[in-house]
Amino acid sequence: MNAFTLYRRMAGASIKAQLRYPGTFALQLVGNFVTTLLSFFGIWSLFHRFGSIAGWDIGAVAVLYGLVNVSFSVAETLGRGFDVFGSEYVKTGSFDRLLLRPRSTLVLLLGHELRLRSIGRFLQGAFVLGAGFWLSPHVSWNTVWLLPWAVMGGAVMFLGILIGQAALCFITVEGLEVVNVLTYGGVEAGQYPLTMFARWLRRFLTWALPLSAVCYYPALAMLNHPDPLGMPVWFGLLSPAMGFVFLALMVLWWRRGVAGYVSSGS
Amino acid sequence: MKTAAAIEVRDLRKTYQVRDGGSWRGKTREITALDGISFTVPAGEIAGFIGPNGAGKSTAIKILSGILRPTSGTVRVGDLVPWENRIAHVARIGVVFGQRTQLWWDLSVAEGLALLRDIYSVEPERFRRNRDRLAEALDLNGIMDQSVRQLSLGQRMRAEIAAALIHDPDVVILDEPTIGLDAPSKLAVRAFVRDLRRERGTTVLLTTHDMHDIEALADRVIVIGHGRILADSPFEALQATTLSERILEADFTGPPPDLFLPDGAVETERGTRCVTITFDPQRLPAPALVAHLSKLPGLGDLRIGRPAIEEIITRFYADHAS
Repeated sequence: MNAFTLYRRMAGASIKAQLRYPGTFALQLVGNFVTTLLSFFGIWSLFHRFGSIAGWDIGAVAVLYGLVNVSFSVAETLGRGFDVFGSEYVKTGSFDRLLLRPRSTLVLLLGHELRLRSIGRFLQGAFVLGAGFWLSPHVSWNTVWLLPWAVMGGAVMFLGILIGQAALCFITVEGLEVVNVLTYGGVEAGQYPLTMFARWLRRFLTWALPLSAVCYYPALAMLNHPDPLGMPVWFGLLSPAMGFVFLALMVLWWRRGVAGYVSSGS
Repeated sequence: MKTAAAIEVRDLRKTYQVRDGGSWRGKTREITALDGISFTVPAGEIAGFIGPNGAGKSTAIKILSGILRPTSGTVRVGDLVPWENRIAHVARIGVVFGQRTQLWWDLSVAEGLALLRDIYSVEPERFRRNRDRLAEALDLNGIMDQSVRQLSLGQRMRAEIAAALIHDPDVVILDEPTIGLDAPSKLAVRAFVRDLRRERGTTVLLTTHDMHDIEALADRVIVIGHGRILADSPFEALQATTLSERILEADFTGPPPDLFLPDGAVETERGTRCVTITFDPQRLPAPALVAHLSKLPGLGDLRIGRPAIEEIITRFYADHAS
């Protein structure tokens, strides 16, 4: 059986397990929707008071907010096994159990859980994203293909962060809470236009952690909004690819981590 | 067709780097877990692999399972080097860790076995045959639809064994398969392992702290201590020497008198009201020893038992270290 079919079976088993208690599941879903939506009201009230900030109106900010949350929710749904890797696999020693199975550790960890409750974040992100397009005057036809392309790039970038965070557990056992700066912090940072950040942080968020490459620049292209920093439009059409590059680097780092684990035994 | 050696281990060494104090600042120190061990398990044999905690058993098992790379030495299981080709290797072995579950807590036994079928790519026909055979032999039919977290320890262990064997492995590693089980479950597990070897010629490496497991199953016993092989002999040979030894504890109403023990018995410990005697029943039968002791004044209770595995190994170590 190939890895993809195996993943489908494991995901199916995970869904079945989550739906065993439908009441609990429904509450989690609603909770996830409401708590994530609340954070948008903070931004909304800011723009409601000031109209537009530094040339950005509420529509553009809603698109950024929606894009980053939709992308992150996809990564959260797929990458739960990496999120809990330190506490549930390394610390308890059950990573050994995973290594006893004749499969790639990445596939087995992706199959850990297909986390349905993150659909709450996805739905509210999609809702705000739709509102953002509706409020924006110059939405480009490019959006039709650029939107799914940017979401894909963003989802794999966030998945890359989760994998990188898991690989860190080979060194620190429980992983570092600090890394949450990149996941949840990334979601927060991605909600604001890049121009609001200091220059070093802008560079970091484009070239090291390509958050703006999967979110800000594609959003500019979709909204026909020229970049105040002077990046050409075509950059936003191509930049989501950097999410895939980031994921590939994190996968390489993960492989090194597994090899190191096998040779040190700790 | 079975080859001559299912497991072949030569000069296996493993050292760990440990940091003192656990912090990243501490100095690293080297700890030798395996100090050059060699042994062979022929195909179709059940080998008991015993030793106290910290002797290197788990390290050796991890290396044989392909989840740990040794510092030096060679291992062949079948014709594969476990750590060089993990995926091909683990597809052909079955491992049961007594203290850890291989199944999924939230899934039923049947669902867990079905996922393992997919993970090991077992053809549907062979899967059905194996599942039915294992369910029959391990008495799983009543618990197939229960989720694993609801199972008792004995039920779970039987399900674990089925999970480890669903892909017909030629070599099976059982790490403490009877730990924590009640007597009927222990008997069931032993009977199953015996049948497995007889009917399928499966090679089994078994670690345990329970000498009854060894007595019931092992063709050969490999004793490991301080990272070295202390003894490697057929079970009968071990039984004739070390395992035949018995322990007698005698309680007295007051301070124990001088015992004047006959040949074949040695006083090994003396308390305020109790004496421990080690004896060899082949030289001095238990009834003769009891008869001798019952003549002594102030004798209360008598208990006869066998030495714990730790004591046997301590003695091995004392004998072989010199």
